[in-house]
Amino acid sequence: MTERMPSFVRRLDRAVVIAFACIVLLLILGSLYSSSFLSPEYLLQQLKVASFLGVIATGMMLVILLGQIDLSVPWAVSTGAMMACAAAAYGDVGAAFAIPFGILCGVAIGVVNGLGVAYLRIPSMIMTLATNAVAQGAMVVYTGGFSPQDSATGAMRFLATGSIIPGIPNVVIIWALVGAGMVFVLTRTSFGRCVYGIGNRERAAYLSGINTRRIVMIAFAVAGGLSALGGILLAGYASKAAQSMGDAYLLPAIAAVVLGGTSIIGGRGSYLGTIAGVILITLLQSILSVMQMPEAGRQIIYGLVIIVMLLLYGRTAAER
Amino acid sequence: MKDWRYWLSAQQGTLTAVAIFVVMFVIYTANHPAGFTANVVQTAANKGVLLAFVAMAQTLVVITAGIDLSVGMILLLTNCLASWIVIGTPLETAMGVIAVLLVGALCGAINGAIVIYGRLQPIVTTIATGAVYFGIALLLRPFPGGSVNEDLADALTGRLFGVIPSSLVALAGVVLVVWIPYSRSVYGRAAYAAGSSETAAYMSGMPIRRGKFLSYTLGGLIAAVGGLFLTFFTYTGDAALASGNAYTLFSIAAVVLGGVSLFGGKGSAIGAIFGALAFRTIGDLLFVFDFDPIWQPLFQGLILLVAVSLGAIGLVRVRNRLEWFL
Repeated sequence: MTERMPSFVRRLDRAVVIAFACIVLLLILGSLYSSSFLSPEYLLQQLKVASFLGVIATGMMLVILLGQIDLSVPWAVSTGAMMACAAAAYGDVGAAFAIPFGILCGVAIGVVNGLGVAYLRIPSMIMTLATNAVAQGAMVVYTGGFSPQDSATGAMRFLATGSIIPGIPNVVIIWALVGAGMVFVLTRTSFGRCVYGIGNRERAAYLSGINTRRIVMIAFAVAGGLSALGGILLAGYASKAAQSMGDAYLLPAIAAVVLGGTSIIGGRGSYLGTIAGVILITLLQSILSVMQMPEAGRQIIYGLVIIVMLLLYGRTAAER
Repeated sequence: MKDWRYWLSAQQGTLTAVAIFVVMFVIYTANHPAGFTANVVQTAANKGVLLAFVAMAQTLVVITAGIDLSVGMILLLTNCLASWIVIGTPLETAMGVIAVLLVGALCGAINGAIVIYGRLQPIVTTIATGAVYFGIALLLRPFPGGSVNEDLADALTGRLFGVIPSSLVALAGVVLVVWIPYSRSVYGRAAYAAGSSETAAYMSGMPIRRGKFLSYTLGGLIAAVGGLFLTFFTYTGDAALASGNAYTLFSIAAVVLGGVSLFGGKGSAIGAIFGALAFRTIGDLLFVFDFDPIWQPLFQGLILLVAVSLGAIGLVRVRNRLEWFL
């Protein structure tokens, strides 16, 4: 049976297929509720909303592929956004460097994570929680506990809301570029192969002569930078940064990566799956809010969907 | 007879946590304007005990090499439930308390069942069940409110004989009734063994699955005790997402400070309790030194960062670099 399928179908992961099937199913269910679910405007709008999560989930995927996790996403997102807006307050020069500065702050958080995880061998879960707490504390001190007053620069707003190519929002293009970059790195560079190798067994990767600690460090730095980029885009979208803007992105980012078939213990997963996971999560959230489901119901359905889907294909192999 | 050496090395993390706590608490009370009085101890105990319960719940799961990211949400759910049913005549109140504890245990059992029998990773599983538990809490209490049997609440948050904080007595009670029998039972040992090396535990014929399942269930039960106490302190139920997340986060911090290894198989709930008390005391240190409260989150974060980095000192002793990679 399998042999007769075309090769590109055979190469597809079961998880990716199920995730895409669920997207189609959600769209069909949505269109039964209201016909506007299949309109190009709605779909493009969803793709735009998905792009913010997509950028953040890209970094998360890189870290999860290593068998680690990055729980510092909430405040890496907020720090990126707040620092970029803060730089914007320093006249034209500040505005010009706002976006690189914001990303740099995210990379700095990622570097601290990487140092702790790779060189001090601290479990990533506790290390990234700690840097998250430090970033939060630093931002609370910076803003004095109030919501920040600086607003986003024109460039940030343009990236988040404008469109260079008519009809296609800029954020979607940014996500596509980030995604293409990640696919290239993961499949065509030795760095990408090392990431998969470390995720499978760091010891074996180390014995093969890979500088595993440097790779882990770089991966965390990239993840921090991408989280900050996501925050900067979000700040551009809302015209300003907010204290807790990143909180809503940690769990969806992990869920999107895992629903896309990436193994949470690392070493296995494709970027196509992450794309599917991001769109799936975004559609689910959108449909639940269009149906005016109260927050409580949304949380319950959200959790149940993740568990049911993972029980379908995310189970670890039976031992022994 | 060199047994005490083994005991010492097994209890090393716990003893360190006790030492950290004692030092922090002495600094705290020495600088507190009121000094070492029953009132100061009672307030500190009431603040610390909540986190201690959550940390204990987290420990039971961490010992099996798992992690429970839903522990804060179980706390919220049982808090919201308690604000409905722990009220009325003594009999009704008692039934309410039992129901709340059962619901907590059920939450833990669901986590355990999905992780063990569904073979999903604990991180993702508990993130997802945490969302479900939070949703249910929100259904129970869309807005903060409710009430609780105030006689019981005052009795459990006040002082025994005018000196000993009764919340500490309750904490000791839970340790005696749940932790000690558990850690000495076959299932408790199986949970430790499974956390240390699942394959070796299986080869030795330990009841791994039942041990792990019991750990998750008891974890939920203890989180529910925490939820009850949260209700006793506040007299209300409140499904606040931020507070649930904070309790989950702090529970992990407390567990690490308490010398429990996140890789499993090492540490004790006693250590986690002292880790929790130490963490709370550290947070409160700023107040007695008259710092602007705005610095508190940064200070707590830095302490956490330093504490986990200190754990890396063991790396210096590693002779074979391969031991870096577990």
